[in-house]
Amino acid sequence: MTEYVGKPMPRYQGLGEVTGTATYVDDVQYPGMLYVKVLRSPVARGTVKGLDFSDTLKVPGVVGVLTADDIPGVNIYGVYGDQLVLNPQDLRYKGEPIAAVVGRDEDAAQAGVEAVKLDVEELTPVFDMFEAMKPDAPIVRPGTTSNLFEYDEQGTTTRIIKLGDVEAGLKEADHIVEGRYIEAIQDHAAMEPQVSVALIDDAGRLTIHTHSQCLNYHLAQLCPVFGLSQSKINYLGGRVGGGYGGKNEINCDHIAGLAALKFCAPVKYRLTRQEDLAYTGKRGAWVFDYKTGVMNDGRIVASHIKEYHDSGAYCGFSPYGTEKCGMFASGPYNIPNILIEANTIFTNRYPSISMRGYSVLNGQVAADVQMSRIAEKLGMDPWELRFINAWRDGDMGASRYVVDGVGALEAMKRAAGMAGIELPDKLLQMSSRSR
Amino acid sequence: MKSILSFSLNGAPVEVLVKTTDTLLDVLRESLGYTGAKRGCDAGDCGACTVIVDGLAIRACLAIALTMSGKEVVTIEGLGKQGDLHPLQKAFHQHGAHQCGFCTSGMIVSAKTLLDKIPNPSQDEIVEYMSGNICRCGTYVEVAEAIQAVSGGKE
Ligand code: FES
Ligand code: FES
Repeated sequence: MTEYVGKPMPRYQGLGEVTGTATYVDDVQYPGMLYVKVLRSPVARGTVKGLDFSDTLKVPGVVGVLTADDIPGVNIYGVYGDQLVLNPQDLRYKGEPIAAVVGRDEDAAQAGVEAVKLDVEELTPVFDMFEAMKPDAPIVRPGTTSNLFEYDEQGTTTRIIKLGDVEAGLKEADHIVEGRYIEAIQDHAAMEPQVSVALIDDAGRLTIHTHSQCLNYHLAQLCPVFGLSQSKINYLGGRVGGGYGGKNEINCDHIAGLAALKFCAPVKYRLTRQEDLAYTGKRGAWVFDYKTGVMNDGRIVASHIKEYHDSGAYCGFSPYGTEKCGMFASGPYNIPNILIEANTIFTNRYPSISMRGYSVLNGQVAADVQMSRIAEKLGMDPWELRFINAWRDGDMGASRYVVDGVGALEAMKRAAGMAGIELPDKLLQMSSRSR
Repeated sequence: MKSILSFSLNGAPVEVLVKTTDTLLDVLRESLGYTGAKRGCDAGDCGACTVIVDGLAIRACLAIALTMSGKEVVTIEGLGKQGDLHPLQKAFHQHGAHQCGFCTSGMIVSAKTLLDKIPNPSQDEIVEYMSGNICRCGTYVEVAEAIQAVSGGKE
């Protein structure tokens, strides 16, 4: 083992990458392969009143269309099982797939999409989380009465993480520092746009060439859509041209698979760069309100954090992301009194999904910008404030876990060194092993 | 409307039927099965489709295929292969200058034309020349190291 640890090793499969012979999904081709383009919602919120494919079917090169009625299994997928593969009715975000057109090439399929007579009644959308929480806001999820995700059957919408007594802590503090932090959405923009190739193979199975980042997880979502057991699907992955969480979401495999089943032919469904940017999941937006109680000597005694996460029109990964974010939103600091209140809010935006250091980093960025703000207020060196409050072995985190093997101080010392910042001796002498 | 296009690909003559709207990238990838050049943006922005035409690095997604008539095109597949790697391919592999690998073939092809032009580039020249090749995995430091390692015919 020790001959490998800490030493650079040539990448597994790396020779394929440097010679251009590595096979990514879009590199896969089959004779007679058909191509898919998707008809997407032109509005952020609306109702489909009419859907007529008669002109589409006349377009030269169009082989046929795929609608919700063609789905052999259930028209549901997603981590929380709330997303429609093809939505024929209540549209919740701009770009939501309504139906697909299959053609001999992409130009024909696209011409077919443009020939669809789609009649949509546009409804007023809501894009802002705080607007969406108002009682008279447009309702994103038809059939519900609020835009807040419910975490249990009792209808709990606010997840609470509590340590000590935050009110008492804030009362005892010498200073109160408040701050609001707004984090915008972010796209993964992997170099490989989303794509899928599906066909019925020689064993009669549905074979799908995928760039999924989580094969078994996606296979479990796809089986009910196709109405097939796992043994009837050959889900071939392993080569991902960059994912960063963006390929934790199914964007093409379900539609390509359905088209292959319906038309009994190899099918490729790939997004252009523009489609990939416009229609695939993003790291969702977050807003945080911090209220921190701090003593004159820099010790933080209380932290009250309100977290708001924009889930978009469906769950995506958001309810889980909100919880995970909350657990770390007080930062790697020893704070005896903490109250975190976290909400997941639906809006008519694209469903939010995972991305690098998913959700944890969102809270930590806010927590540490708040630290800088506190330091400024106290007139204290921000390094010193962080060193005083950083976790030591045996401290307790917000959700009552005792931390152990902590390296915050050591990491900060090293970072300062690399940045050419000289820290005062009293900070250099501190250690994560004791306070 | 389709016409016959003849050009030299990695040293061998090829003839292929192309549409007037086909790009060189379409022809290489979809008609000829040379998938080493990648389609990252199809709009000239990312560099993943870089190939060499008559000695110059170009973006295959922007080149209309029919303008390639009689030209010499070299792709990543023409630089070297497993068992017979080009020094840059070896260096990229050794320096870990690839993560997902999707930008890598374009990077190596660009780097080859850099070293053809400037055999001993400075760090600044490498950064400047390679700035048209985007890597979302963030391998830029290792890419520069790999290029340095072979510059001046060192390897
Ligand atoms: S695919 Fe040609 S520059 Fe991006
Ligand atoms: S190695 Fe993944 S984009 Fe460069």
